[in-house]
Amino acid sequence: MSSLPLPFEAERVPRVDAVGIEERAAALGKRSIKKAAKVAGIKLAISMLDLTTLEGKDSEGKVRQLCRKAIRPQPGDPSVPHVAAVCVYPNLVAIAKDALAGSGVKVASVASGFPAGLVPLSAKLDDTRLAVEAGADEIDMVIDRGAFLSGDYEKVASEIVAIKDACGDAHLKVILETGELETYDNVRKASRLAMTYGADFIKTSTGKINPAATPGVVLVMLEAIRDFYFETGRRIGMKPAGGIKTSKQALHLLVLVKETLGDAWLTPDLFRIGASTVTNDLLMQLTKEASGRYQSEDYFTKD
Amino acid sequence: MPELEIRKTYKLYVGGEFIRTESGRYDPVPDAKGEFLANVSRGSRKDVREAVRKARAAQPGWAAKTPYLKGQILYRMAEMLDGRAESFAALLSETRGIPAAAARKEVRAASDRLLHYAGWSDKYGALLGTVNPVASGYFDFSVPEPTGVVGIVAPETPDFLALVTHLAPVIVAGNAVVVLVSEKHPLVSLEFAEILATSDLSAGVANLISGRKEELVPHLARHMDVNAIADAGGDRAMSKAIQADAAVNVKRVKSYRIADYFSDDAQGLDFIESFTETKTTWHPIGV
Amino acid sequence: MASVKEEEASKARAIRHVAAEKPALEFGSAWEYSPAPESRDHVRLESRYGLFIGGKFVAPKSGKYFETVNPATEETLAEVADANAADVDAAVRAAEDAYRKRWSRLKPAERGKYVYRIARLLQEKSRELAVIETMDGGKPIKESRDVDVPLVVAHFFYHAGWADKLDWAFPRHTVSPIGVCGQIIPWNFPLLMAAWKIAPAIACGNTVVLKPAETTPLTAMALAKVCEEADLPPGVVNIVTGAGETGAAIVNHPRVKKIAFTGSTDVGKIIQRATAGTGKRLTLELGGKAANIIFEDAPIDQAVEGIINGIYFNQGHVCCAGSRLLVQESIADIVLAKLSDRIATLRLGDPLDKNTDVGAINSKMQLDKIRELVASGVEEGAEIHQSSCPIPSKGYFFPPTFFTGVAQSHRIAREEIFGPVLSVMTFRTPDEAVEKANNIPYGLSAGVWTDKGSKIFKITSKMRAGVVWANTFNKFDPASPFGGYKESGFGREGGVHGLRAYVELS
Repeated sequence: MSSLPLPFEAERVPRVDAVGIEERAAALGKRSIKKAAKVAGIKLAISMLDLTTLEGKDSEGKVRQLCRKAIRPQPGDPSVPHVAAVCVYPNLVAIAKDALAGSGVKVASVASGFPAGLVPLSAKLDDTRLAVEAGADEIDMVIDRGAFLSGDYEKVASEIVAIKDACGDAHLKVILETGELETYDNVRKASRLAMTYGADFIKTSTGKINPAATPGVVLVMLEAIRDFYFETGRRIGMKPAGGIKTSKQALHLLVLVKETLGDAWLTPDLFRIGASTVTNDLLMQLTKEASGRYQSEDYFTKD
Repeated sequence: MPELEIRKTYKLYVGGEFIRTESGRYDPVPDAKGEFLANVSRGSRKDVREAVRKARAAQPGWAAKTPYLKGQILYRMAEMLDGRAESFAALLSETRGIPAAAARKEVRAASDRLLHYAGWSDKYGALLGTVNPVASGYFDFSVPEPTGVVGIVAPETPDFLALVTHLAPVIVAGNAVVVLVSEKHPLVSLEFAEILATSDLSAGVANLISGRKEELVPHLARHMDVNAIADAGGDRAMSKAIQADAAVNVKRVKSYRIADYFSDDAQGLDFIESFTETKTTWHPIGV
Repeated sequence: MASVKEEEASKARAIRHVAAEKPALEFGSAWEYSPAPESRDHVRLESRYGLFIGGKFVAPKSGKYFETVNPATEETLAEVADANAADVDAAVRAAEDAYRKRWSRLKPAERGKYVYRIARLLQEKSRELAVIETMDGGKPIKESRDVDVPLVVAHFFYHAGWADKLDWAFPRHTVSPIGVCGQIIPWNFPLLMAAWKIAPAIACGNTVVLKPAETTPLTAMALAKVCEEADLPPGVVNIVTGAGETGAAIVNHPRVKKIAFTGSTDVGKIIQRATAGTGKRLTLELGGKAANIIFEDAPIDQAVEGIINGIYFNQGHVCCAGSRLLVQESIADIVLAKLSDRIATLRLGDPLDKNTDVGAINSKMQLDKIRELVASGVEEGAEIHQSSCPIPSKGYFFPPTFFTGVAQSHRIAREEIFGPVLSVMTFRTPDEAVEKANNIPYGLSAGVWTDKGSKIFKITSKMRAGVVWANTFNKFDPASPFGGYKESGFGREGGVHGLRAYVELS
C-alpha cells in the first residue's frame, strides 16, 4: 500500500439526486442553437474532437488515413478547423506522430491496460512510458473499477499518482468508465478522486460499453470540476466519450459546459469530445447551414 | 367482369409480428352457413412457448411506461377500432351468423370497453394503493404492481367482445398477455391484432394464438414462466384442469363465468385488480 | 470539504490550468446563442372575440370591449368582450338548459367521450396554443410548450376517464352532479387553470360558466373554439370575459350552485363573504409564501436547481412558488454562491425566443407591485442581489432577484410578491426550519431537500401545507391532488380528492 499525499475523504463528496440531475441535463438539451450560433458551435465542436480508433484491427494504413481526416476534416475547406487530437493504442503512436507532424493536431494514447485496466501496475506504467516515448502528447488511462467498487480508493488513487508521474510532460486524462460505476454518486466520487490525485482531464468512458457519455453523467462530472475549481483554483478538463453520434448531441455537450462552467472551459484545452462518426454529421450540418439543403452521406469522406 | 378481391390470410400475432404457426398446420373456418371462409393457423405448443418468451421480454418495458402513456395507447386502440367499425361488424356478422345490427352493437361495445380501460390506467393505482396506518413510526404504503405474464383463455362466444373484455384490463395493469382465442370463431379476434399493431402498443405485450384449445391450454397452464391465467373458456372440465396445472408454479387463476358481456358488470376495477400483486413498503419517519 | 494544498497536489507541469486570481466563473460572450424565435405565422387569432354562450360567440349586451396586450412588447393582440350582469345571466341560463336538457341525461361514458374529444383537439393544436399563451401572458415559450399545454391536455384526458367511474371513487354513495358551476381563474397559467376547472366539472356532469383573467383571455377563447369543434352540446361550457364586475356577477348569481376561485387571498375572502348564507358550494385556491428548506445533507447542486425552479419558473407568478429559501446555516455561503452563479445563466427576454428562461411580468400593475415590495425589502434592511442581465426597453420585465439577511418580520418574508424575488433566511436545526416554515398565514406548499429518507418523511409530515415536494419543486400532475391549508384556501384539484368538489353525494 503506497502512502498518498493526502487521504481521500469519500464521505465528504456531495450526493447527487438522480432525477434532478437528469432533469437539468435534459432541460439544457432544449436550448435552441440556430444560425450563427450553430455554425460557431459546430466549428468549436470539431476543434474539440479527439478522433479515435481503438480496434484490434488498427493498422498503419488506417491510422494514416484517420490523421488526414483529422488535419483537414472537410476536403478543400480550410475554414473548417483541424481537430484537437487523434487517439490510438500505444503501438500506433509513432505512426500518428509522423502523420500529424506540424499540423497542430495532438497525439493521444490510451494506456494502463486499456480498456479493462486489470493488469499489474508495472504493466500499466510500462505501456504509459512506451506511449510517451513514442511521442504521445496525452495519455488516456483507465481507473481500476473493481478496486473502486469494492471501496479500495487508495489503490485507485495511488495508481493515478504513479501513472501521472510516468506521463512526464504529457497531460493525463483519467477514464472513469461511468457505465460500470452505474450510479451518479459513484461518478461524482470517482471524479473527485481522479482530480485530487493528478488528472488533467476526467473522461467518461472507454467507448467499449454502453451506457457511456449520457447527459446526466457529463453534468455530474462538470459539477465536480466546478467544485474542485472553487476549492483549489485549478481548472480540470472534461472529455465525454462513447455514444456521441450526432451534431445535436455535440451541441448539447457544449451547452452543458457553457452553462455549468462558463466561458473559460469552451476551449480544446479544457474540453474534448471523444468520437469519430460524429465528424461527418457535424460537417453535414455545417454544409446544410451554408447551403440551405439537407445533405447526403455520399458527399462526406469516410476515412 | 366481376372484380376479384384479394383474400386475407389470417395469421397469428406474436411478438408484434404476423406469423404462421411453426407447425404448418391449419384448420378451415366455415362461415355461419357452413361454407368455407378461410384457413386459420392451428397453433402449436411451440407457438405458445414463443409467445410467452416475447411477452416476458416485453413486459418490463410496458409496465415502466407512465400510466398516462398506457392510457393514450388504449385510447388509440379505441380510435383505430372505431374507424374500422363497419368492416369489423361485417366480418363478425359473417363468421357468427348474427344480424348486422347485433354485430355493430358488439363492435361498439368493444370499442367502449377499450375506452373504459384507457381511463383506468392513471386511476386504479389511487384506488388500489393505500397508505397504511401502522402503529409504529413508519411510513407504510402499498401499491399494486403487475403480476407479469398472463395467459388468457377466451370464450367461444361472444368471441370479439369477450376478447377485448379480458385483454384490456390485464394489459392496463402493466401485464403482457398470451391469448388463446375462440377456437370456433377466431377470425375477428385475429383481425383485432391489426388494431393492436397500429396503436403504438409495444411488440410482445399482446399475443394472439388461434388453434385447438385442448392442444394448447395445458401448455399455457403448465408453463413455468406464466404468472397467472384468466380462464373464461367456459368449459368446466378444462377449468378444473387449468386450476390443477397452475399449481406447478403457483399461478394465480381467475375463472370467469360472465352471463352478459354487454353489461356494466363485465367491466371495472376488479378485472384489473385480479392481475396485480400488492407491494408493501416500510420506511422510518425520523430526523 | 477538504481543500488540496498547492504544494502537495501540483507538480510544475500541472500548473498550466491554475487560475491566478480568486476562482470565479465567467458567463460571458463566448459562443452566444443566436435568437431562436418561435414562429408566429401559423397562429390563428381574431381581432375581436365575443362571449362564448350557448355554444356560439355572441356580442356583449353593453357593446363594450377591452384590449388584451402582449406584456413583452406592449402591442395589442385583440379585443375581447366585457360581460355585464345580463351577459352572465344569459350564460347561466344557457348552462342550466344544457344541464337539464342534455348533459345530465347523457350516459356518463358518453360524457367522457366528449371530454376525450376536447383533449384530442387540444393535443392537435398544442403549438398554436402555446404561442398564444406566451404572447398573451408573457411566459417563456419553452414553458407554455413543455409544461402548460401538455398538462392541459393531460387534465382533460385524466378527467374524461373518470366520467363513468365515479361510483368507484365514492363507494357506498349515490353520486350526482351539482348543476351550474361558476369558475373564476387567474392570469398566471391561463389555459391550465381553465383545464383544472372545466375538465373535472364537466366530467362529473356539471355545466360551467368560466371567466378567464382580464389580462389573459385568449387561450380561453381558443378553448371555446375547441369545444365548438368537438360538438360539445351548446351551453355545457360558457366562457365570459371581463374583469372584477363580471366575476362578481358570477359569484352573486342566485342560480349558480358552486363557485370555484383561484386567485389572491384578498379576493378569496371577498368571495367567501359574498357566498355566506347562500348554500353555494365553494372551493378556493389562493396565495402562498412557500418555504423551500435545504438541509446540509441535501444534494446541493440539485437543491440549487430546485431553488431556481421554485421561484424563477414562470417569473415567480406561481401561487405555490418557493419564495422563501430556508437554508441550513452551515451551508448557506456555498448555496448562495452557487445560486449567484446559477442566476447568471438565466436568460431574460423575448418570451417567444426558445432560449428565454425568464419572460415578461404579466402586467404593468403587477410590475409595480413587485417593485414596491422589493423597495420595502431594501428599505427594511435586507441585502439585495440581482441578475445583471440586460432588460428590454419595451415591455414589463423584472430581473431575477434574491434578498439575504431576511428575517421573518420583513414584509418580503410575509407578503406574497408574485414575482421573481426570493427571500433567504437561515436556520440551524430541523425544528427551527419547521417552525419558520409554518409561521405564516399561508399554507399552500413547501419544499424539503435532504438525502436522508427518514428525514424527508419526518419533515414533510410536519409541514402545514397542502403540497410538499421532497428533492424537487413545482411538479404537477392531474392525478395528484393540489390545494392549500389555512389562508391558501380549501378544496383540492386533481386526483380522486379533486372530484369531491364537483359531485353531490347521498
